[in-house]
Amino acid sequence: MDLAFLADCFLRIVPGIPMTLALTALSVSVGLVFACLLAAMRLSGNTLLDWPARLHVFVFRGTPLAIQMFLIYFGLAQFEVVRTSVLWPYLREPFWCAFGALMLNTAAYGSEIVRGGLLAVPCGEVEAARACGMSGFLLFRRIVAPIALRRALPGYGNEIILMVKATSLASMVTLVEVTGLAARIISTTYRVFEAFAVAAAIYLAINFAIARAVAALEWWLSPHLRGAPPPAPDLRLAH
Amino acid sequence: MPAWLVAYWELMGFGPRGWGALMLQAAAMTVAVSSSGFALGALFGALAAWGRLSGHRIAAAIATTYTTVIRGIPELLVIYLVFFGGAAALGWFHRLFWGGEGFVSLPAFVAGFVAVGISNGAYQAEVFRGAHAAVARGEIEAARAVGMPRWLIARRIVAPQVLRFALPGLGNCWQLCLKESALISVTGLVELLRQSFIGGRSTRDFFSFLLTGAALYLVITTLSSGLFALAERRAMRGLRRA
Amino acid sequence: MIARLGGALLAAVLALGAADPAAAQQRQVRIATEGAYAPWNFTGPGGQLEGFEIDLANDLCRRMNARCTIVAQDWDGIIPGLTAGRYDAIMAGMNITDRRLEVINFSRPYAAGPHAFAVMPNSPLRAMPGTGRTFSLATQEAELVAILNQIKPLLRGRTIGVQTATTNSAFLTQYFGDAGATIREYRTTEEHDLDIAAGRLDAIFAAVTAITATAEKPEFRGLAPAGPLMSGGILGRGVAVGLRKADADLKAAFDAAIEAALKDGTISRLSEKWFKTDIAPRS
Repeated sequence: MDLAFLADCFLRIVPGIPMTLALTALSVSVGLVFACLLAAMRLSGNTLLDWPARLHVFVFRGTPLAIQMFLIYFGLAQFEVVRTSVLWPYLREPFWCAFGALMLNTAAYGSEIVRGGLLAVPCGEVEAARACGMSGFLLFRRIVAPIALRRALPGYGNEIILMVKATSLASMVTLVEVTGLAARIISTTYRVFEAFAVAAAIYLAINFAIARAVAALEWWLSPHLRGAPPPAPDLRLAH
Repeated sequence: MPAWLVAYWELMGFGPRGWGALMLQAAAMTVAVSSSGFALGALFGALAAWGRLSGHRIAAAIATTYTTVIRGIPELLVIYLVFFGGAAALGWFHRLFWGGEGFVSLPAFVAGFVAVGISNGAYQAEVFRGAHAAVARGEIEAARAVGMPRWLIARRIVAPQVLRFALPGLGNCWQLCLKESALISVTGLVELLRQSFIGGRSTRDFFSFLLTGAALYLVITTLSSGLFALAERRAMRGLRRA
Repeated sequence: MIARLGGALLAAVLALGAADPAAAQQRQVRIATEGAYAPWNFTGPGGQLEGFEIDLANDLCRRMNARCTIVAQDWDGIIPGLTAGRYDAIMAGMNITDRRLEVINFSRPYAAGPHAFAVMPNSPLRAMPGTGRTFSLATQEAELVAILNQIKPLLRGRTIGVQTATTNSAFLTQYFGDAGATIREYRTTEEHDLDIAAGRLDAIFAAVTAITATAEKPEFRGLAPAGPLMSGGILGRGVAVGLRKADADLKAAFDAAIEAALKDGTISRLSEKWFKTDIAPRS
């Protein structure tokens, strides 16, 4: 392997890191809010709220992200109505289209994780809290939320890592991020392995950092379990 | 019928200028490449899970590296590597072992399902490992006590149970596989995403094509998750639920 | 599932077998094209490949007595695919450049044409300096650069679309990399066409032949070149068949076939058919 070329690849791919991180951070944080909303709709017991949320989850989990992104970027832009709407200043920009697709996608997966976390709260604990006279927001803040958060955290950590990987599709709508830059090096220098190795190393570093941060958060949130061996540091990713 | 529906039917129907047959063909290609990739992924996954569980230090290290690295990088990168690098590597082997000049070409279909298999195998390895952990130790000990040789234990006791416990996880892996197959479009294989895009570009009507493509993906995911649910119910029969 | 895997392996083995040159006495040539670059090569209604280069490839193959298969391959992977042996030749509006000559070889050129910016009719960039004039970057670079320097301030803060990994993108990076404009790289020209029509881009930079063809479609009416028409230098030395360096005899065959097609007017005729103008290289 040619070390000088490897260094050159590195310098050319590094400028894509901020875009990868920005897309991940923004879509994960907004997506989490949306995911909680969807989970609340699913658990509301109201059919009118439940079904739209179900439909969203079904559609966004059942189709590939690439087709969602293309549909938002190319599909919507073909309509005059869209191009004259108030949303156009956002839909005009590839960044916001990619963000929109990533956010709606992670909201669908995230809502299932959040819902799972909420459903995992033992009835006994809620009943005990009620018996102590807690109700409403206090019950949610003190009992339900902490337990659900601990239950959902490992799954959500995986979801964040999947989102880092999913941002690679943003290169398909002209955004300049890590995979897009690697592909550009491959198509202009016609050399495959160096660009691949650099890009792969960058993703692994980002995902390792995220996995460690999530593990640390899990540790911090579980003081009652600290006697036990610490959470394994490997990337637990399976959905 | 409303005018837009007539126009849509003309576009997506089966007439001389309709794209319906091509879209269905592309959907079949998506299923073919995904299932080939899933099968290869099962092979890689089983090997990697075996490597992790074997207690052999080098095998475990290789398997761990494989699952960690592959699950940590975008599928698109793996596809680029296999598509562009795979043929070069094959050509190199070809020259090394057969002394032949010339090139070994890797068709887009093969490159595609190999890339999907490599990615999916890393996820399936974790599923198999989890399923293996769920097999009751007592059953293996009991089998050993009645004098079953190792391979017979593996075949009669371990394998059926691993498969049973792995089914729900494998269902998730299959869905990943199906969605990853969309990315193979960058290799030029005409699967559902690429066909939708080609149609959209040719007719300047991306919306209809991409929406039709999305609907076909939904049909495939729904049907296949139904099949997995059926398989699960069959595999779990005779099992007491807690 | 096993049957599927077996089928796929069988397909792979068959494909390996097909690559064997001894399989048929007639020469087998696999030609890659992009299929998204009208009118050079594009995917027509019903999904089949059409265009100038498809017609030309069929004509050249007849002259070479070769059995050709034409395959579609995305532009950004078209050269790696050639060097990897996925196909034997590229006919995809590809210009001869020094950068590409480091990796692959080219036949003699079969077409040549200028490149330019293009804008929609209501654009303030419509009247760029140098509009209507033609320059060669090879022989008139100093004169052209003076004009390009007048264009630069007009592009500040604007967004320009270009296809990735092309002579056009190399040109923009070299001459307008410091103009304060956003250069957005697209995987196909069709995608930047759509985006300029949608109003996402202020200008595109492309081959004039492609701009003219796009402007004929109703949604793009009024799209027209602005500023000077340019060729040569970093924009390449004409469109030619891309070949592997090792395939000297295939290059000789293509060279002879192109020579003959130029001489008997076939290339000019096909050019008139698809471009409404003759872009056969003058030599």
